[in-house]
Amino acid sequence: MVAGMVRAATIEVGPRHRITSIKSALELAADGDTIRVVGGTYREGNLAIHKRVAILGVDHPVIDGQKQYEPLSIFAPNVTIQGFTIEASGQSAVTDIAAVKIYDTHHVTIADNVFDDNFFGVYIQGSSQCTIRNNRLTAYGKTEQLTGNGIHAWKSDSLHIGGNTVTGHRDGIYLEFVTHTEVRDNHSLNNRRYGLHFMFSHDNGYYYNTFTNNGAGVAVMYTKHVRMEHNVFSENWGDAAYGLLLKDITDSHVAHNVFSRNTTGILMEGSNRIQMQRNQFQGNGWALKIQASCMDNRLTQNNFVQNTFDVATNGSLVLNTFEHNYWDKYEGYDLDKDKEGDVPYRPVSLYSMVVEKYPMAMLLFRSFMVVLLDRTERVLPSLTPENLKDDRPLMNPVDL
Amino acid sequence: MNKIIKYVIADLLRSRTILVYTAVLLVLSFSVFSMEDNADKGVVSLLNIVLFVVPLVSIIFSTVYLYNSAEFMELLVSQPLRRNVIWMSIFIGLAGAVSLAFAVGVGIPVIFYAATASGLILVLCGCALSLIFVSVALWAAVRIRDKAKGIGLAILLWLYFALLFDALVLFLLFQFSDYPIENGMVALSLLNPIDISRILILLQIDISALMGYTGAIFRSFFGTGGGVALTIAVLILWSAVPLWFSLRFFKRKDL
Repeated sequence: MVAGMVRAATIEVGPRHRITSIKSALELAADGDTIRVVGGTYREGNLAIHKRVAILGVDHPVIDGQKQYEPLSIFAPNVTIQGFTIEASGQSAVTDIAAVKIYDTHHVTIADNVFDDNFFGVYIQGSSQCTIRNNRLTAYGKTEQLTGNGIHAWKSDSLHIGGNTVTGHRDGIYLEFVTHTEVRDNHSLNNRRYGLHFMFSHDNGYYYNTFTNNGAGVAVMYTKHVRMEHNVFSENWGDAAYGLLLKDITDSHVAHNVFSRNTTGILMEGSNRIQMQRNQFQGNGWALKIQASCMDNRLTQNNFVQNTFDVATNGSLVLNTFEHNYWDKYEGYDLDKDKEGDVPYRPVSLYSMVVEKYPMAMLLFRSFMVVLLDRTERVLPSLTPENLKDDRPLMNPVDL
Repeated sequence: MNKIIKYVIADLLRSRTILVYTAVLLVLSFSVFSMEDNADKGVVSLLNIVLFVVPLVSIIFSTVYLYNSAEFMELLVSQPLRRNVIWMSIFIGLAGAVSLAFAVGVGIPVIFYAATASGLILVLCGCALSLIFVSVALWAAVRIRDKAKGIGLAILLWLYFALLFDALVLFLLFQFSDYPIENGMVALSLLNPIDISRILILLQIDISALMGYTGAIFRSFFGTGGGVALTIAVLILWSAVPLWFSLRFFKRKDL
């Protein structure tokens, strides 16, 4: 082992070097070696890596999958792939072909690469302690079926996914059965389906990511102990598009996020014990849709500004707490000057319930009739859930 | 013609009602904008005022003015002037004065506080509504000789456009919600200039909510070039058609 470390050599690959293909360099290399690849295009079919090597690209050499092959398959631990342009992986409806696929291993690093026009970008299965950092992934799929996910992880543990930009894939980042993972500083834009999609992925954290203009926003399901903080969810527009869809998420934290200009900021379904704090909801159609199947959620110190509707729900049972939020539609007063309104605020308006049932009624929104109906309902709630109210709404926005 | 227009406008601009109307709009708009912390919210608050007050003032004020200047019109008719010149001059004078009052009263604060697309559309819609309701007033006043009845009709027309029409649409919407009524509803809303203005502004400030299911229908109609052209055409029709009817009637009227 020690001898191996000492022997670690660097193998140069390039059109003007003795070794001109990555494949032959891989054959020559021993565990612990570094392969430096200089510019040019390498069309070598599938490169299967079974040794612990670092493959570094200088000036972004291109590894081309010629629309047939899986360019890189990693089977060994401690492999690093850095500084390449990997493009044109094969496409298949049967096997999930990726530009880089990591098979049942650990400590793999994929950093500073450009992925262009691939089916899946980075595909991690059954692996742990891998790092996917500062990559740029672009795909041009016309439909959800014709493109794979940008960063796809399955049955993995302790991954670090940071600083990547994903556009045009099916899901920007997709995690299934992935635990103890940190997803940080990524940008996921203009993807066909979801910007971020995870299921059964417990104990993960998502920080400082931006999810913009994805086909259906962000959808997360069947997971507990999730932390989502300092993310931006914006411009996810459409009937079934959500800034954030929380389905069967429990014991989680959603804090310091910005939800801006989405058709629905957050839709919560069957989600329990979620702490929502210090989020900014701005310019959404519906800031928050909270179904009656949710309970014991706590919403405190959030700002609701310029949303068409603040909160909508589908039943009269309310088992969630709204407290100390700032609502820009609040019209109450603060006589004792403790910066909390003295009368409760009811964020569910009658008309939001009408629109829920008859979507076409949106045509009459803000007409005098509708304003009248809403006012009457606010004074004497009969159709809107009586208990859904903020007893101590803030008079001024929370500093975030 | 120019002389009559000039006279009518000068007469109107000196009238206390128009001055008070302008001042009230100015004070209201400035206070709304200085109370609300962001421009779009100010526009929303002003929206209700514009959709409610502007048609009311335009239609009532014009009807009253027409009845009060019946003698002046008789004098004009006795002169060697063509009747449509007289009638058109009165329309232009009235419409000019009322929309000028609105443009000053709301336009200036909007330029100061909310020079956004929604603000500008608000001002344009307000001017269009002023024109339309002056034209409707002309028709009401020329049809009915009795002043009290005429003003009554004007109030009824305003009530219909501002309130009853929406109630009717809401009723139809609930009744026929099981049917594919989307296009019909859009067509129906074109029958009310107040609704058209409201939807145009809605498309600016509630765009996120409108991007949902119905939004697609909204946007595919009102958001496209053809839709915008059609809405503008409909608004022009709304001011031209009552005017044309009133003109036809005025030409044959035995004063």
